[in-house]
Amino acid sequence: MSDVLAARFQMAMSLAFHIIFAVVGIGMPVLMVIAEWRWRRTGDATYLELAKRWAKGAAVLFAVGAVSGTVLSFELGLLWPGFMRYAGAIIGMPFSLEGFAFFTEAIFLGIYLYGWDKVSPRAHLAAGVMVAVSGAASALFVVMANAWMNTPVGFRAIDGSLVDIDPIAAMLGPASFPEALHMIIAAYAATGFAVAGIHALVLLRTPGSAFHRAALAIGLTMGVPAGLVQPLSGDISARYVARWQPAKLAAMEGQFRTERGAPLRLGGLPNESARNTPYAIEIPRGLSLLAYHDPRAEVKGLEAFPRSAWPPVAVVHISFQVMVALGGYLVLVGVWVMARAIRRRPLAESRWLMRAVTIAAPMGFIAIEAGWTVTEVGRQPWIVFGLVRTSDAVTPFTNLVVPFVAFTALYFFLGVVTAWLLYRLVAKSAP
Amino acid sequence: MTPAVVVAVVIVIALIAYAVTGGADFGGGVWDALAHGPRRREQRALIASALAPIWEANHVWLIIVVVLLFTCFPRAFADLFIALHVPLSLMLVGIVLRGSSFIFRAYGSKRLAAQARWSRLFAAASIVTPLVLGASIGAIASGGVTRSLHLLDRGDSSAGEMMVQLALRSWLSTFDLTVGLLTLAGFAWLAAVYLCVEAKDDALRDDFRARALWTLASLVALMVLAPLAARAQAERLYHALMDQWWSWPYVGITAVAAAMSGWALWSRRFQLARLAAPAVVALVLGGWALAQYPYLIPNRWTIADAAAPPITIELVLIAVALGSIVLFPSLIYLMRIFKKEDAPGVPGNELTTDD
Repeated sequence: MSDVLAARFQMAMSLAFHIIFAVVGIGMPVLMVIAEWRWRRTGDATYLELAKRWAKGAAVLFAVGAVSGTVLSFELGLLWPGFMRYAGAIIGMPFSLEGFAFFTEAIFLGIYLYGWDKVSPRAHLAAGVMVAVSGAASALFVVMANAWMNTPVGFRAIDGSLVDIDPIAAMLGPASFPEALHMIIAAYAATGFAVAGIHALVLLRTPGSAFHRAALAIGLTMGVPAGLVQPLSGDISARYVARWQPAKLAAMEGQFRTERGAPLRLGGLPNESARNTPYAIEIPRGLSLLAYHDPRAEVKGLEAFPRSAWPPVAVVHISFQVMVALGGYLVLVGVWVMARAIRRRPLAESRWLMRAVTIAAPMGFIAIEAGWTVTEVGRQPWIVFGLVRTSDAVTPFTNLVVPFVAFTALYFFLGVVTAWLLYRLVAKSAP
Repeated sequence: MTPAVVVAVVIVIALIAYAVTGGADFGGGVWDALAHGPRRREQRALIASALAPIWEANHVWLIIVVVLLFTCFPRAFADLFIALHVPLSLMLVGIVLRGSSFIFRAYGSKRLAAQARWSRLFAAASIVTPLVLGASIGAIASGGVTRSLHLLDRGDSSAGEMMVQLALRSWLSTFDLTVGLLTLAGFAWLAAVYLCVEAKDDALRDDFRARALWTLASLVALMVLAPLAARAQAERLYHALMDQWWSWPYVGITAVAAAMSGWALWSRRFQLARLAAPAVVALVLGGWALAQYPYLIPNRWTIADAAAPPITIELVLIAVALGSIVLFPSLIYLMRIFKKEDAPGVPGNELTTDD
């Protein structure tokens, strides 16, 4: 394995691991705050018990998220010093703000988790709100940094370095809004459905449990609206990609030829050497319509770009299909839930719905992993789109396969233990 | 002072804040490992309840240091992380295992065997991480980092030679290891002093008082030894620190602070000790920073040369100022909730009771 490939794998693995915990860190405080707020409003102790049980799981997940996030901030330098040397001054602004957001999150998390008996109920709820707000703010800032890598603006590039930089303009580049919107909504959808799915699984065995019904309702209250609006933010993202990163869009769609009225492909397996995407169901003019809101619009195919500027097409295309398919499933389940809720039928009494929600539990997270694969692999071969190749940013330190294997083993261990602890917490709550 | 120097000062302050808060959390892990005597269970419970609400917040100081460094001094940051790849990776593994084993122990199985396994991991990670962090700082100060970077620039070493240079020779001189031990002893000492204040009964307090006094003795020995090692291996640092007009007054103030904290411990003025101990640590780190001024990496990057464009530095300083308005009241609020003098005893670990 070449050093640059090992470094990419290590970074990808670290990001893929951390994103799960980061997403929980955005969504979970909202659920805990809703539960605690319901308890204060209704006086029903079920909600207090719920908030406390969720808080136990959250404590484990937050801790693993904090340490795996630290790993990422170090890996920027350990693996990509060329990138940081080039871009640190312009990309550091959102990271600095994220540092403060993370600080606020950690402080109020400590108060929330360990302060039940030490602060007033009102202050406790406020601490939960602070955790939720600063968690979302952290996500916003980190995604802004990534957005700059996709649409670098706010500087002039002269002789391999950046001059006349404007860090504020760089933070507010064209990708910032669509990426951040899509990510934060995804975090609420994924966490909401994951929590609802776990409680739906218990409800399949004990449909009458008031505790798990309450938990299911709160999970879906957050997950369903987020899941239903996500296609709209996806549309904003797709149109931004079409305009700013046409090679990425072509890879997402397996579109090799430049054509007017390009079809939308469902499925299919892109073949880079034959330059086609067989086995796909093609919806005529669908891509032109979705990407440009015009069925006859011209879509640039990969052939419009030099071969050396193509991302790995099959990985990007398949990841995109997976993300859309899973997001689509969440929309269907969301519609089902809404339909039952509007008719005021208890959700837990439909075994089929409980099965559907249970299946949805991991889907938001898999969709997020797939979506980030589209974003990051789709940006290749660039680390800063159009400016710096990933291979030019890697550290001169060699034998990078060693840290890659070591950190993979470490994260595998952490993942297994975390999953086991969460399983124990859920199993104990089941009657 | 130029804005770049101001940011460098902010970074040193953040590093000091990390040492006196997050560092003490690692020290807590050391005392978890060394818990003994009839009250060893109570010792461990006290450490766990002291750490639980605050360690994640304390840890963020390190993130702030890293982020400010790569934003404001990107070229020096890149060089540091190339030359210190191995120790910083080890430190990361230590940080990950310390945090996760601590939380796994608190929320996992309460069976003694499982608890003991996580305790061992927590203790080992709490010992290794400060050693490696200290050795890395030693390697910057002693010039090990600089030598590796010069060799890398020259490019006439074979890949294998370069690998050995970067992996082993950047950071393992006697001086670097002395600084590693100094860091470990300093963190353990801070923890012991803080735990004297946190302990709710006299017997437990005496346990940590004895530990604090012994650790202070070893710390003082290392504080004498480190300059001697520097004289041999980090000459520039030694002269920069010892040949200034402020050298002896500075050493004097540090010695007074150390003596005062020892006296405070001896005479059971624990609140005073809690103030004096972090002051000693701050003075030692501050001395290193002063000796190295104007260099970030000796003979490689001065603050001025490595600085990002002025607009970045200015924006970061604004962000730091605005962030502090939120941060410091929040931190004070956190500490007031959990570290009040007359706080009622945290019941062992609330989580153990309903298991």
